[in-house]
Amino acid sequence: MTEIEQTGEEAAPTATLPLDAWHRDRGGRMVAFAGYWMPIQYEGIMAEHLWVRENAGLFDVSHMGQLYLLGEGLDDALEAVLPGDVKGLAVGRMRYSLLLAEDGGILDDLMLSRWPEGIYMVVNGAVKWEDIGHLRETLPDAITINHLEDRALLALQGPKAFDALKRHTTGQWPLEALVFMMGGPYQIGGVDAWISRSGYTGEDGFEISVDADKVEQVANLLCGAPEVKPIGLGARDSLRLEAGLPLYGHDLDPTIDPIEGDLGFAIQKRRRVEGGFPGAARILGHYEDGPPRKRVGLLVDGKLPVREGAKLFDGEDEIGVVTSGGFAPSVGAPIAMGYVPRDHAVPGKSVAAEVRGKRVHCTVTAMPFVPHRYVRKQGG
Amino acid sequence: MPRYYTEEHEWIDVDGDVATVGITDFAQGQLGDIVFVEVPDTGAELSQGGDAAVVESVKAASDVYAPVDGTVTEGNGQLEEDPALVNSDPEGEGWFFRMTLSDKSQLDALMNAAAYKAFCDDL
Repeated sequence: MTEIEQTGEEAAPTATLPLDAWHRDRGGRMVAFAGYWMPIQYEGIMAEHLWVRENAGLFDVSHMGQLYLLGEGLDDALEAVLPGDVKGLAVGRMRYSLLLAEDGGILDDLMLSRWPEGIYMVVNGAVKWEDIGHLRETLPDAITINHLEDRALLALQGPKAFDALKRHTTGQWPLEALVFMMGGPYQIGGVDAWISRSGYTGEDGFEISVDADKVEQVANLLCGAPEVKPIGLGARDSLRLEAGLPLYGHDLDPTIDPIEGDLGFAIQKRRRVEGGFPGAARILGHYEDGPPRKRVGLLVDGKLPVREGAKLFDGEDEIGVVTSGGFAPSVGAPIAMGYVPRDHAVPGKSVAAEVRGKRVHCTVTAMPFVPHRYVRKQGG
Repeated sequence: MPRYYTEEHEWIDVDGDVATVGITDFAQGQLGDIVFVEVPDTGAELSQGGDAAVVESVKAASDVYAPVDGTVTEGNGQLEEDPALVNSDPEGEGWFFRMTLSDKSQLDALMNAAAYKAFCDDL
């Protein structure tokens, strides 16, 4: 057997998270990921995945970069590096956006939130240092970039997340006031927190930013509830794959632009009309005329998992590649996502994935694979 | 029936000239939920240390190596329907394949149960 502890990431971890001992005490199996020791699983990916879909799971995502940007002309400055409508972002609102290279390729995907004084940004852990470097280089000197390294980030996800969090939370507004992609200041068991109704599992849930030296207190409080268990990175990956959400470094990279990545929704109408973001000509061209290739979902026949790197074929022609794939516990079958030419990016199209020399039949499908259960403003 | 172990976490039960091969309880525990197993075809010629089978967990695919040289006589067809047998009974019903041994002296280099346990304790 090989690679029993393989994670697909670098071998030498450089840091421990504030909850490192907490994870180990709870039986978390730690692996190196994005420069940190992180729990890949506790009791098992399958059980943890299904637990989140039915109950609530607590994820430690403190490896992600939390940035706080301040300064005169911040909105204009940010609109010059990413394609989202920053100016239209009201206090307490969040937006999914993309850091773009000059040619429109994706350098990272991220979340923006308007805090009363500035913009709070959460970026991927694996590229946070590159992101900070890029922002320092491209934003004007008037903009201050604070890297909130003394803060931890938790994600509480699942249909019972609201009940579990509500019990311990106080704030100026009731927790119900938060709907999907909104955030605000709260206290959890007396600890100051920025809480947003967001996440990356497709479930209802919250992301909770607190001081690193208080995160254990908060994690203990939340996991004291019968409906909450700590969940590892393994289930986080299978949950986000079922939710059809791309993972930077796998499904998105600098060769892919937002339209190819099926992320056109991240470019709000005003930006599509006005342009003025990196790679606007390429991106808006792809928006109008259709991209040459596009990220799609794949339903895989049979039981053999089709994983990242598998080549995709139409007959003898190699047409694309799988960028994420694996067994989907809630679907009960293997699923994947990958890139195919525009004329193949149509639900119902057949393609073949090559796994160890064998061809596996796949059907292009609309995503998500499992319906999102976000709590939105109306009805929800 | 003597049982031997490899540093790659395969076990091999030897009965005369035929052996049964699987992965150890330690290995299945590390891999987590097994969702697919690809066993070799009957008649496949295996060489010690070479690829013999593939085991897929939710998160990754891992190769299983042949512990000795020989020829496959049977793959465990049950694993096709129920790959989780590798989790529930890795060193019993969850066996991967049976093979003939072309060089029994190769067994001398493998570990016995006590040595394998000590090996795992050190990991």
